[in-house]
Amino acid sequence: MMAKKQTKAKHVINREWCKGCGICVHFCPGNVLELDEWFKCFAARPDDCVGCRLCELRCPDFAIQVVVQSKQDQVA
Amino acid sequence: MKNKTAFIQGNEVCARAAIYAGVGFFAGYPITPSTEIAEFMARELPKRQGTFIQMEDEISSLCAVIGASLTGCKAMTATSGPGFSLMQEALGYAVMAEIPCVIVDVQRGGPSTGLPTHVMQGDVCQARWGIHGDHAIVAMTASGNQELFKITVDAFNIAETYRTPVILLLDIPSEGEIEVVERLRTAVKQGVDFHPYLPREDGRLPMSDFGGVHRYNVTGLFHDMWGFPSDDPQVVHGLLRHLADKINNNVDNIARFKEYYLDDADLVLVSYGSSARSALHLVESRRRRGEKYGLLELQTLWPFPHSIVREKCANARYVAVVEMNLGQITKEVKEAVDRPERVYLLNRIDGVYITPTDIRNMLRVIQGRGV
Amino acid sequence: MAYDDYIRKRFFPHIWCPGCGHGIVLNALTRSLDSLGFDKNEMVMVSGIGCSARISGYVDLHSMHTIHGRALAFATGIKLSRPELKLIVPMGDGDALAIGGNHFIHAARRNIDITAIVINNRIYGMTGGQYSPLSGVGVRATTAPYSNIDPAFDVVEMATAAGATFVARTTTYHVREMSKFFQKAILHKGFSVVEVLSQCPTNFGRRNKAGDAVHMMESYKNGTVVAGSADDVPGSGKIRRGVFVEKTAPEYCDEYARIIRVARKGA
Repeated sequence: MMAKKQTKAKHVINREWCKGCGICVHFCPGNVLELDEWFKCFAARPDDCVGCRLCELRCPDFAIQVVVQSKQDQVA
Repeated sequence: MKNKTAFIQGNEVCARAAIYAGVGFFAGYPITPSTEIAEFMARELPKRQGTFIQMEDEISSLCAVIGASLTGCKAMTATSGPGFSLMQEALGYAVMAEIPCVIVDVQRGGPSTGLPTHVMQGDVCQARWGIHGDHAIVAMTASGNQELFKITVDAFNIAETYRTPVILLLDIPSEGEIEVVERLRTAVKQGVDFHPYLPREDGRLPMSDFGGVHRYNVTGLFHDMWGFPSDDPQVVHGLLRHLADKINNNVDNIARFKEYYLDDADLVLVSYGSSARSALHLVESRRRRGEKYGLLELQTLWPFPHSIVREKCANARYVAVVEMNLGQITKEVKEAVDRPERVYLLNRIDGVYITPTDIRNMLRVIQGRGV
Repeated sequence: MAYDDYIRKRFFPHIWCPGCGHGIVLNALTRSLDSLGFDKNEMVMVSGIGCSARISGYVDLHSMHTIHGRALAFATGIKLSRPELKLIVPMGDGDALAIGGNHFIHAARRNIDITAIVINNRIYGMTGGQYSPLSGVGVRATTAPYSNIDPAFDVVEMATAAGATFVARTTTYHVREMSKFFQKAILHKGFSVVEVLSQCPTNFGRRNKAGDAVHMMESYKNGTVVAGSADDVPGSGKIRRGVFVEKTAPEYCDEYARIIRVARKGA
C-alpha cells in the first residue's frame, strides 16, 4: 500500500471533558471537526486534517489530543 | 559588684524572644506603637539569614507572612489596632488553612486611629471575634518583660504545635531555659500520598514545606484532607469541628497564667498585661497589712480558660477584674464563676495606665467603704 | 502529552463554563511549563479569588488559593523566603487591579521575580457579571445596567509605569504566542506581567452582544495587531499585542541577598 502525501492524524476526544463550546470546530483550518447531537466534538473529516493541532491548543477543556503519525509510521 | 539593669522596651523584648524562638521571616508596615519590632527585625534578621520586608500595607504584610510560613520558616508580623483591623482577612485565612504564624498587636486606644501613643487593652475581643465565621483562636499577653520573653516563645510554640495563628496582645510600650518547639514535618516519603489536612490521632497535622517533595493545595475555602475545595456537608462539618476542637480541646494545655496568694484569698483580682502589674502591686501591699488579697494573672486570653478561672476564684467572696477597656474579659469571668453577681469591673479607659491607687479607690466603692 | 504531567486530572472536567478563556490559558500554561522542563517541586502557583483563581487547584505544582486580590502578597512571602522557587500568579482583572491593584504596582516596583498573568475578561465572572476596572466605558454589566462610565486601566502601561521589567499582551486566540510569552515571562528574572485578553461568554459576551466564545475569539483575531508590524498604525483602533518591555533591573531577592552579606559582615 502506498503512503498518502497528506498528514495522517487521529483525534482523541475526551467526551467527558468536552463542553461543546465549538471553538475547535470554528477555527479548524481544514474544517475537520463537528459537534454531534450531544454537543461533543468529533472528527467528521479526519483525512482533511493538516496536523496543526490548533484545536488541541485552543481547547479550554483539554478534551482534544491530535496524534499525528509521521510518514514513516504509515509505511511501517 | 554592682547589679546591671538594662531598661528594654517591651517591643524589643518581644522581638528578641521571636529571634530566640527561631523566627525567619518578618513582614510589616510601620505603625505606632509597634514599629520598634519591625526596626529590630530589619536590623537583626539579615544577620541571621532571615528575611525582613516592609510591605505596602498591613493586609499584604500578613499575607506575605503566611506565604513564608508555608515554605517552612517561622514567620511573624507586628502591628497596632488599625493595622490589626486590616489583618483580619488574612488572619481568617491562616485559621482556615491552618498556617502557623504569630501576629503581635501592640494595643493602643481605639476605635480607629484612636490614641496612637497611649495604651489600652481594647483589642481583646477583636482578637477573639475580629474575623468572620466560627473559629477558635489563641491570644496571649504578658505583664512584664521577663514574662513577655517567655510568652512570645510560647506563642511560636503554640502556633507550631496546633498549626494555628497566635495573636500576642501587648500593652507594654515602654530567663532560664525556655523550650522552643520546632515545626512538625511529615515523615511521608516522596511518591507516597501526603494528606496535608488529615489530622493524626492526637489532632496534630504534620506539614510539608512548599518547595519540598509533596505538592498540595492550600485554600481558604472549606477543603478536604487533600486541601481541595469541597462543599460536601460532611467535609464542611468535620473541618469546622476540627478547627474549633484542636484549640478548644486543649484549653488547659494552651492556658498560661500566674497566681499570687490565691490559697486563702477573699478577694481575687483577675488581670492581664500591664494592668496586672498594678494589681500585683496592690495585692502585695494589702497582704503586708494582713488583708487576704490574691491575683490571678492571665497570659492566655483566648481560648478563655474558664475552668481555671472558676477553680481559682471558687473560694473568693469577691472577684474584681482589672482591665483597661469596658470589660471585655469581665464578661468571660462572669461566665466562668459560680456567682457572677460578685464579679466587678475595675477599669480605666482614658489612655492612662491604671495604677494601684486607682484599683484601691474603686475597690473601696465596691466594698461600701466610700469614695 | 504535555498536560498530563502538569494538571490534576482527578478534578476534571473543570468548573469553568463552556468556551471560557481560562481553560485556554491553563492549556497554554501547562504546555509552557512542559517546554521549560522545570522540576515541578520547584514551582509554586499562587492565586487569589475568582474564576481565574481556580487555575491553581488544577495544576500539579505547590498550589495556594488565597484571598481576593492578595495573591501577589502571599507570593512575595514565598519567593523571599525561598528565592530558588519559581512563582506563577494567575489573576483575574478585578483580582489583579481592583482589590489587588496596590499589591500589583508594589510587586512591580520591587521587581521581585514573580510571573503575574492577568487574565483580562473585563468582568467579574464568578459573582455574575459586575464591571471591573478593565471593563471600560460603555460596557454593560449587572452593576452598570445603563452602561459603564468607569474608564479602564491599560494593564501594559500600568505595569510598565510601576516598574515591571517584562510586560507582554496576547489573547486566547493567539495560543502559540501566549505559550511563547509565558515561557519568556517565566524565564525572565524580575517581575513579569503577561496580560491575556480572554473571553467570558457567559457574563460578558451575552450582556454586551459580543456573541459566544467563538465570536469573542474572532474579535481578538481581527481586533488586535502585533505591535511594530506594518498594520500597527496610529488610529487603527486595534489593541496592540506583543512584548512591550523586556529589560534588566536589580531583582528584589538578589538585592536582599546583598543586604544579608552586608549585615553579616558588620555582625
